[in-house]
Amino acid sequence: MRTAFAKTLLILAKKDKRIMLLTGDLGYSVFEEFQRECPKQYINCGVAEQNMTGVAAGLALEGYRPCIYSIIPFISMRNFEQIRNDICYQNLNVKIVGVGSGFTYGPYGHTHHALEDIGILRTISNIVIMAPGDPVEAELATKAAFSYKGPVYIRLGRNGEPVIHTKKPKFTIGRGIVIKDGTDATIIATSNMLDSAVKVAQGVMKSVRLISMPTIKPIDAELVRDSIHKTRAIVTIEEHSIIGGLGSAVAEVIAESGGGIPFQRIAVPDRFTKTIGTQEFMREANGLGIEQIVKKIENI
Amino acid sequence: MTYNFSEIAATVRRDIIRMCYEAQSAHLGGSLSCVEILVALYWRVMHIDPKRPDDPNRDRLFFSKAHDVKALYAVLGNRGFFPKEWFFGYEKDCGHLAGHAVRGIVPGVEISAGSLGHGLSMAAGAAFALKKRTMNDEQRTVNNYPRVFTILSDGECDEGSVWEAALFAAHHKLDNLIAVIDYNKLQAYGRIKDVLNLEPLTKKWEAFCWSAREVDGHDLKKLTTILLATPFVKGKPSVIIAHTIKGFGGPKRLIEQVSSQYKPPTEEEYRELIG
Repeated sequence: MRTAFAKTLLILAKKDKRIMLLTGDLGYSVFEEFQRECPKQYINCGVAEQNMTGVAAGLALEGYRPCIYSIIPFISMRNFEQIRNDICYQNLNVKIVGVGSGFTYGPYGHTHHALEDIGILRTISNIVIMAPGDPVEAELATKAAFSYKGPVYIRLGRNGEPVIHTKKPKFTIGRGIVIKDGTDATIIATSNMLDSAVKVAQGVMKSVRLISMPTIKPIDAELVRDSIHKTRAIVTIEEHSIIGGLGSAVAEVIAESGGGIPFQRIAVPDRFTKTIGTQEFMREANGLGIEQIVKKIENI
Repeated sequence: MTYNFSEIAATVRRDIIRMCYEAQSAHLGGSLSCVEILVALYWRVMHIDPKRPDDPNRDRLFFSKAHDVKALYAVLGNRGFFPKEWFFGYEKDCGHLAGHAVRGIVPGVEISAGSLGHGLSMAAGAAFALKKRTMNDEQRTVNNYPRVFTILSDGECDEGSVWEAALFAAHHKLDNLIAVIDYNKLQAYGRIKDVLNLEPLTKKWEAFCWSAREVDGHDLKKLTTILLATPFVKGKPSVIIAHTIKGFGGPKRLIEQVSSQYKPPTEEEYRELIG
């Protein structure tokens, strides 16, 4: 996803000199080509995310289209107030790009885990939140973000996620993508759990409607309501805290729809995991392994 | 046009006191301490046209100590950016003038602010953009980039983000960025030297590779001279440490007192000051 983002950004930046890439001293082996090709559109702001976010707001006030980049906690929490006041309050055209969704940086410990970003950013007005699920969605989300005028947060995984979409799907901000249809249960997945969700859908003994939800805000309420009518249960899957993320956004739609339906959020429990380990290990430790999810869905 | 500077400052001060009294609002002291800084900027130093607040070639003022926005409103209103009747809507239901500046509602207000430590970063970003833009503009020379002025409070310099921005501005040689610090020596709940000492403040900025000058922040003539002399050094951002008195020209009871951050004038004080 990271490479897809960097490649797409470079293509866009070559065509539009107003695009500026600001990084918080990260991007080794990602932005070298960008630096070579568009040196005047690149600023390494140093390890100073609050200032980087304010500087991006200042650039946007003067008509530039900045994109700020770092690891998710440092680009969503350290600078949270700058995102709220400088960017969203003034509704400025700044793109906020975070890498390392969920347990991507599993072994590094919880400082580097990205489990609350969607939850906290979702509360801010004016912001669009996108969490692409594979490199194809990452490319489409990047393009969509830069053709949209206003604040956008893009939650990226790492490098090397498998391609899920063999054909480029129709991609619109605020719209989910139905990957396959079914009648028993709807599985809605986002971000780097899309690949697992595909495997889960194949593994359960049920007729599954599988939806990729690359935009969390605004949530595709219409598609959620449609799934209430067309299937008998809804399950959300995400590598994010069980509080505030995709599951919460979908739950809000279901609760206000008037149509009761069996529903389960599959996400990271509300606790700091005591052990550390690879992404696969951390998923198992938090009930997000493929077999664990299959079992949960079979029991609904 | 020639102006009577001290008369303008006196009018601005009266408007601030009136807004504060009518709304029974806080933040009188810091509003009164930056009057001369704003008057010098808006009447003598900045290239601005009140009729064209969005002119791309204007100088910008990013008012970072936004809690003292009464002073900015009084200056903008008197300078002709909006009708002075708007003053009556300060901090009132449905009024135009919020207790912290909001961009897009009041002509001449460049940024929404209110939380300290945000303005300098935004000003640095804008200064960077303006330098970059004008470098490609053959009409312009190196000496007439639009400038970005920003006014910070002294207490604001407690915020780490101010110093992140200071590093950034110096690194990128933003000599079209000019910060003025309203150094009235009092922060919200005590004296600067007792709460979190900033001294040696000028040396700190110099150590961050800014060119720094100190000035009597109530002397309009000296302020104007020093503001017109920016950038002090080509290739460096400039900072002016303006030594001021919190509550200057306000009720005697509140001058150089922490209470000037919270208390509006009494009816008696108001009558005496406004006449």
